[in-house]
Amino acid sequence: MVAEPTKIKEDIPEIHDSPQNIVRAEDVQLDITFDQLKKLVSERALTGETMLLNMGPHHPSTHGVLRLLLELDGETVINCIPDIGYLHTGIEKTHEGKTYLKGLPLTDRTDYLAPMSNNLAYCGAVEKLCDIDVPIRAQYLRVILAELTRLNSHLVWLGTHALDIGAMSMFLYCFRERELILDVYESVSGARMMSSYFRPGGLWRDVPDTFIAQVRNILQVFPGRIKEYEILLKKNPIWRDRTVGIGKIGAEDAIAYGCTGPTLRGSGVNYDVRKAAPYSSYDHFDFEVPLGTAGDVYDRYRCRLDEMPQSLRIIRQALDRLPPGPVISDDRKFNPPPKHEIAYSMESLIHHFKLWTEGFKAPEGEVYFAVESGKGEYGVYLSGNGTPKPRRVHFRSPSLNNLQAMPLMSKGCMLADLVAIIGSIDIVLGDVDR
Amino acid sequence: MAETPSTFKLEPPEGLVASTTVFRGEVTLHTAREQLLALLTHLRDVQQFNQLIDVTCTDYFPQEPRFGMVYQLNSLPRNIRVRVNVMLSEHDARIESACAAFLSANWLEREIYDLMGIHFDNHPDLRRILMPLDYQGHPLRKEVPVTVEENAFSFNRERIDRDKPYARE
Repeated sequence: MVAEPTKIKEDIPEIHDSPQNIVRAEDVQLDITFDQLKKLVSERALTGETMLLNMGPHHPSTHGVLRLLLELDGETVINCIPDIGYLHTGIEKTHEGKTYLKGLPLTDRTDYLAPMSNNLAYCGAVEKLCDIDVPIRAQYLRVILAELTRLNSHLVWLGTHALDIGAMSMFLYCFRERELILDVYESVSGARMMSSYFRPGGLWRDVPDTFIAQVRNILQVFPGRIKEYEILLKKNPIWRDRTVGIGKIGAEDAIAYGCTGPTLRGSGVNYDVRKAAPYSSYDHFDFEVPLGTAGDVYDRYRCRLDEMPQSLRIIRQALDRLPPGPVISDDRKFNPPPKHEIAYSMESLIHHFKLWTEGFKAPEGEVYFAVESGKGEYGVYLSGNGTPKPRRVHFRSPSLNNLQAMPLMSKGCMLADLVAIIGSIDIVLGDVDR
Repeated sequence: MAETPSTFKLEPPEGLVASTTVFRGEVTLHTAREQLLALLTHLRDVQQFNQLIDVTCTDYFPQEPRFGMVYQLNSLPRNIRVRVNVMLSEHDARIESACAAFLSANWLEREIYDLMGIHFDNHPDLRRILMPLDYQGHPLRKEVPVTVEENAFSFNRERIDRDKPYARE
């Protein structure tokens, strides 16, 4: 129930008079009952035999603002109840008020460690809905950048995951290498993190002259560095003690809980969207999909680490075979004409004006487009209604679905291992809450 | 992998699917909410769609029935995808939970309950998931406006702070 507004001075504009703005503690009505919460924990918690512990949201090893309610018997986790929503920004709602192009920068901000993968998924969905063709050069460049993004995402994961378990130096090494990738982002898009470089129909502009040399440098530097990581961790007895056999999830469960990406492949399920439904010319490149067997923290770590050389392999092939040509579709109903054309072509001027004021109209219909981001299947569901603004945009985020399986993984583990499990499913809270 | 979205055959039992549409190579099965769980179970057990990738809901306001539930299913063995759509009326926005067929529906349905206000019958843990527990309403519905927070400067900070929806004593 909402209270009547308390007395408000007359000089306050009307917008602030709305009764929703004034809520008193006793008036807050929760649509949840004690019984609904009681069943989340075991009977023993109610008698005080086990302990309830709140972990987060401001805990450094929850990778953001994840809150966990833990039921502990000594140091053993009996129940783990994740509480999310602390980073809910209403991106899906904001999208409904923006044209398709203006919605694009919002996608960077969902999974902020993999902006290019998100751009690719969103642009792919718009291209599917509007039936736009992407030039082959743009597809290859998208592959290169999406794979660099996967490396970027995995490097941050490896650094923070190892830091959580106590390998401080990994963090420094990973962030050193990540700089090289962020430099590429900066050179192509001008921004180091929120790049918004892809456009429905291609890319914002062609890559600069320095791009090839920068990526070649990465290809040269990375294999040795990845080997270094392996030397530091792969056979490290402390690392193995902390990860082998921890946080197990079987293949059946991983599929049932909707896990995707390395979290699914660590359990031995061979599913990768790049192979299953190749998008953006991924079928032109040879690469392998590393698989685990045990489905524990160590196997998920192995999967991600083994993916990194494969990403380099894809980048090398794409760079060697990078075709010349345009980088954005020449369909003027969706993509603006080159600036110089506006000077002498009436048609171009009209297209330019229409695209930058009204935006392009998408047909009535719904599509779902998925890409394999570093964390798993990142899908965009788009429902168009014949106007320049979408009726509904929904992001199928890998982090949310992978996190959903965490209570199962952490059942019966030690409290200290919980930190390893959170790290191993590689969540980004911006992606979980959107 | 011989099956492609345009060639694969589903042939669900009589009465489970009202109609089938294909748009941009994606197959959508339209069904009624009473048949939803039977259809999902059929797709899981007989047609090998073993993963429920996504559940979401679209607000078609001002059309009636207003809410379109969307279930994205993925078959790992067959490598095909299918979508199931169910339309729900505004006045009776409730549907059977898909948790009985797919465990992954749990949080996804909680999100829809939270943001769109669809009630899921027999859901094991129907609580708000993203919005605060004391939030009134369902923000993804079309009638909820997108608002902006006023920037606070020294001349208006006090007033903004006073009007903020804090819990007060």
